[in-house]
Amino acid sequence: MSTAITSRDPGYPTDRENYLTNSSGILSWIFTLDHKRIGLMYLVGVMTSFAVGGLLALGIRLHLLDPEGWMFTGAEANNIYNQVFTLHGAIMVFLFIIPSIPAALGNFLVPVMLGAKDVAFPRLNLSSFYLWCFGAIFFVSALFSSGLDTGWTFYTPYSTTTDTSVILATLGAFILGFSSIFTGLNFIVTINTMRPPGMTWFKMPLFLWATYATSIIQVLATPVLGITLLLLIAERTMHVGIFDPEFNGDPVTYQHFFWFYSHPAVYIMILPAFGIISELISVHSHKHIFGYRFIAYSSIAIALLGFLVWGHHMFTSGMSSLTTIIFSALTFTVSVPSAIKVFNWLATMYKGSISLTTPMCYAISFIFLFTIGGLTGLFLGTLATDLHLHDTYFVVAHFHYVMVGGTLIAFLGGVFHWWPKMVGKLYNETHGRIASLLVFLGFNLTFLPQFVLGSRGMPRRYATYDPEFAFLHQMSTYGALLLGCGLLYAFIVLMTSLAKGRRSPANPWGGATLEWACTSPPPYYNFERPPVVGDPYDFHNIEWDAQEEKYISTEPERKLVPEETPEEVPAHH
Amino acid sequence: MRFRLILRPHSEPGGFGRPANWFTFHFDTYMRGRPNSGGSSANGFRHMATIDSLSSESETHDEHGHDHDHPAWLAHHFDTPEQQFDSGKLGIWLFLVTEVLFFSGMFCAYAMFRMLRPEVFEGCSQFLNTKLGAINTGVLLFSSLTMAWAVRCAQTEEYKKLVVMIASTLSCAMVFLGVKSIEYSHKWGMGLLPPGSYFYDEANPHPTMQQIVDQHGFSESTAYFLTHSLYYLCAPFALLLVGVFIWLVYSKVTDKQFQYACAKPLLVVCLSFFGGVGLGMVLESGGEHSEHAVAHVDGEHAGEHGDAHAEDHAHEHGDEAGDETHAEADHADAVVASAEGNDVAIELLAESDLNTGAKAMLEAKQAQADMATGQIVPPGVEADLGIHKVERDVQTKRQAGVFFGIYYCMTGVHAIHILAGIGVLVWLLVRAIRHDFNRQYFGPVDYVGLYWHLVDLIWIYLFPLLYLIR
Amino acid sequence: MSAHGHSDDGTDFAHPMPLPVLFGVFIALVILTIITVAQASLDLGSYDIAVVMGIATIKACLVAGIFMHLIYDKPFNIIVFLSSFVFVGLFVIFTLSDSKMTSPSFEPKVDEPAATAGM
Repeated sequence: MSTAITSRDPGYPTDRENYLTNSSGILSWIFTLDHKRIGLMYLVGVMTSFAVGGLLALGIRLHLLDPEGWMFTGAEANNIYNQVFTLHGAIMVFLFIIPSIPAALGNFLVPVMLGAKDVAFPRLNLSSFYLWCFGAIFFVSALFSSGLDTGWTFYTPYSTTTDTSVILATLGAFILGFSSIFTGLNFIVTINTMRPPGMTWFKMPLFLWATYATSIIQVLATPVLGITLLLLIAERTMHVGIFDPEFNGDPVTYQHFFWFYSHPAVYIMILPAFGIISELISVHSHKHIFGYRFIAYSSIAIALLGFLVWGHHMFTSGMSSLTTIIFSALTFTVSVPSAIKVFNWLATMYKGSISLTTPMCYAISFIFLFTIGGLTGLFLGTLATDLHLHDTYFVVAHFHYVMVGGTLIAFLGGVFHWWPKMVGKLYNETHGRIASLLVFLGFNLTFLPQFVLGSRGMPRRYATYDPEFAFLHQMSTYGALLLGCGLLYAFIVLMTSLAKGRRSPANPWGGATLEWACTSPPPYYNFERPPVVGDPYDFHNIEWDAQEEKYISTEPERKLVPEETPEEVPAHH
Repeated sequence: MRFRLILRPHSEPGGFGRPANWFTFHFDTYMRGRPNSGGSSANGFRHMATIDSLSSESETHDEHGHDHDHPAWLAHHFDTPEQQFDSGKLGIWLFLVTEVLFFSGMFCAYAMFRMLRPEVFEGCSQFLNTKLGAINTGVLLFSSLTMAWAVRCAQTEEYKKLVVMIASTLSCAMVFLGVKSIEYSHKWGMGLLPPGSYFYDEANPHPTMQQIVDQHGFSESTAYFLTHSLYYLCAPFALLLVGVFIWLVYSKVTDKQFQYACAKPLLVVCLSFFGGVGLGMVLESGGEHSEHAVAHVDGEHAGEHGDAHAEDHAHEHGDEAGDETHAEADHADAVVASAEGNDVAIELLAESDLNTGAKAMLEAKQAQADMATGQIVPPGVEADLGIHKVERDVQTKRQAGVFFGIYYCMTGVHAIHILAGIGVLVWLLVRAIRHDFNRQYFGPVDYVGLYWHLVDLIWIYLFPLLYLIR
Repeated sequence: MSAHGHSDDGTDFAHPMPLPVLFGVFIALVILTIITVAQASLDLGSYDIAVVMGIATIKACLVAGIFMHLIYDKPFNIIVFLSSFVFVGLFVIFTLSDSKMTSPSFEPKVDEPAATAGM
């Protein structure tokens, strides 16, 4: 039945097998239970919200081109500015970053990387996508009813008194929270119970470890956001007196509640990015990942330590001084596992045979930008410096270096890395690389000046500013335009590939994880048989076939079924 | 040789997991067809692969939706019933974890405000009827018993009993809600509301609609709602009852056996809501008098808090003393107040109220002296002033309201969970009547059971935390 | 009954709870409820809350252990469920301790005397 062959390649899927084409019609997408289609729908959704959030960001930057405000004019200019930055933050956080990697790429990749046929609860998976859509609708209706000007954090007492549509937006965030919980729950169960034989915990790709850690946070932290927002809604409608100082509530408690979710949520945003980078660095350096276990464990460590540090968002909010000291000290512990990861990636690249592909360009930018973002975080975690830097542009620059320079760049890297797998088309490498360079330059031009602005005392969220900051602000605005162009360029590269791209082989990068073992795009059933599970970072058997221009696996095929039919009665009876 | 594990296209909308015939599935075929696989899923996987590779009819499987080796209730992406069960079980446990954390926010708020203002919690807790709370605890505990029994019935394939058990669980849930709506409507009528709308006035605890409008500045419709809230709370259930009844008659007339079998228990379930309302009414009217009395005394003594926090301990004793000796006197007042509730009565009340208050105050001071905390304020001097001010201090929206805000949040969210539980239990009931479950596939009953027990578990904590504070 | 989890065909993973156990637990729960109501009229001072919560926790353990089958469940599920309380503890302790430490600076708002507001 099975003969030993020297190269193994699944070839190309037929239209009947291809998950994109095996059934057609809009209903086959709306009611699909296939995790890959759901992932793709998520991808479209998060990219759309990213575009909306990005345009709002450009609005902010253009307004700040002039010290007196350039973009929005008239009597309501400052209010509009408030609403724009609030919606930029809320849309980017709740609609884009949190679902971006786990829900879009994660949905596509988790079962395939695991060698499973689907996630554990396909219907729950689809319903969490629709919950995401509902949440998005709430946000959009908040945008079109009377806006939202609380900042994405909905701090009381302002959020209980402003007459903008706080309730619509918080309901949206509440629903999105459940979408996120269900995704996380699904992944934990999938990874726990659906691993095929041979897929032990330490043979899992690091992306799965990162997703697992993310899912833990999603399940543990998000419900607290749910109840916080529910109580906020109750506070607004009935004045229950928990957060509203007018009725003897305590606004600092709101911040505790909010950050108990929202700080771990920062790790919901960045952990999957770590997972992607671990894959990208190893595959494109064609070298076994350095310190597999350390990276795996550090993901879990970050997930757990992330629950201990929420207070560092509240150093100036009126916490007791002892609490601030404790939180400040705990904050530094998180930097240890993060640094472990960065060092391991560098060690992986060391003496690797690096292909400077588009995904690799993003991965390298990630390491660079994330390191800056992480190190500037130390200043903010230090109590004394934070008192000065709190609510300045330094904070803005810091979290954009982590969220955009980290998560967004990793997301783009991941999209470019798995694009051939998702759609079966190769994009133009040269253009992809140029786009990534533009993104890198534009990003730095936007946010490096903001560190300077912040340390010179420019507060965040201001619609106008002192003329002495004009030069740096203008630099930042031009950077944002460049960044926007770079992102648009990257998008065009991907879209062009859909129309004109070459057909992608099963393994365009020479990866060893299981998703490269099935065709591009994968068949709707993922694997014909339980895949052979090996070391996900062992590249010894993968060789470049120059003639066919693709990577092939030279490992002799293992036997899956016994050559002889076993005896009817098992021996031990 | 063709060899495939997934035998059905994914995209078939809602297409899998549903047998063509609800009542008969090929359980026996399934049992005979199973390989002798060990317990672990990994083993099962290997066996599946081997067996499947020997049969070459994968193409035909695509057509009728499921193969013989993969029973209809086993989702396509699972290999063994046990793997499916374990996945579901882990999933529901994780969901319960999210529920625990969801409630933790409110428990945290509760703990914080009780820590900051123990006197408010102690005082306001007296407004909650312990009898009703205890009855509801018992009802929920019983529903947990029937739910656990239902899980057992599903596992042992006792279908009749399973239906009975699920229906009893549902009925208990309805009784719980019935009692709850009595509790809620009673408090709404008295103005024991979150601070935003709190308007309780102990001189006139049961204001008429007109008084609510005139004295507390509510709109006509809100006042109507507050005074008639029981009708509003009962209305949806009454509609449901009528609907189910019509359905029952219709299915009987048109001889739809299955629908009739579903409607019958559901009618009982809907009726039990009103059973709960009746139970609540009986107990509430029995408990009302003493409740008011306690509330009065409490209002007075709690005012002493102006003094110092250190005295809290002593206060508790003062409370008790006042409670016992003056419950009788206040009793009468409260009756007058609730019976008449007009201005004349208020004047009368104010007089006698002050008197009892003064007595209670002295009693409290005496008790404090007995406790020898050494922090006694000379009784004669402060008594007059104290009573007047103090009373207002605690029984006002910004003080008592905090307790009721938390009370409504906690019990309200819990009640929403009960409602959600009722929803899934009805779904379970229909499936149980359909004989969907067997000893290989009882997961849904078990998962809903776990959820239901968690709801019970939360109530186990809510009851003493809210009702039993002294 | 529940002792042999896997019956002969090797695929039976149900653990039906014996009825006497279920009834026993129910009776124990009811008795504990009665005790907790009864002790509310006793005066235990500051131990009161501890006693009340202790009884509630015993009840919760009974429900979780027997009704929810936790004692026969997979260890991983037990860890998952119990870990939620670790995080609840973390959350509540940090928030409460901070609230406790800052409460002296927290001045409650007091309403106007009800003589004008209430009447």
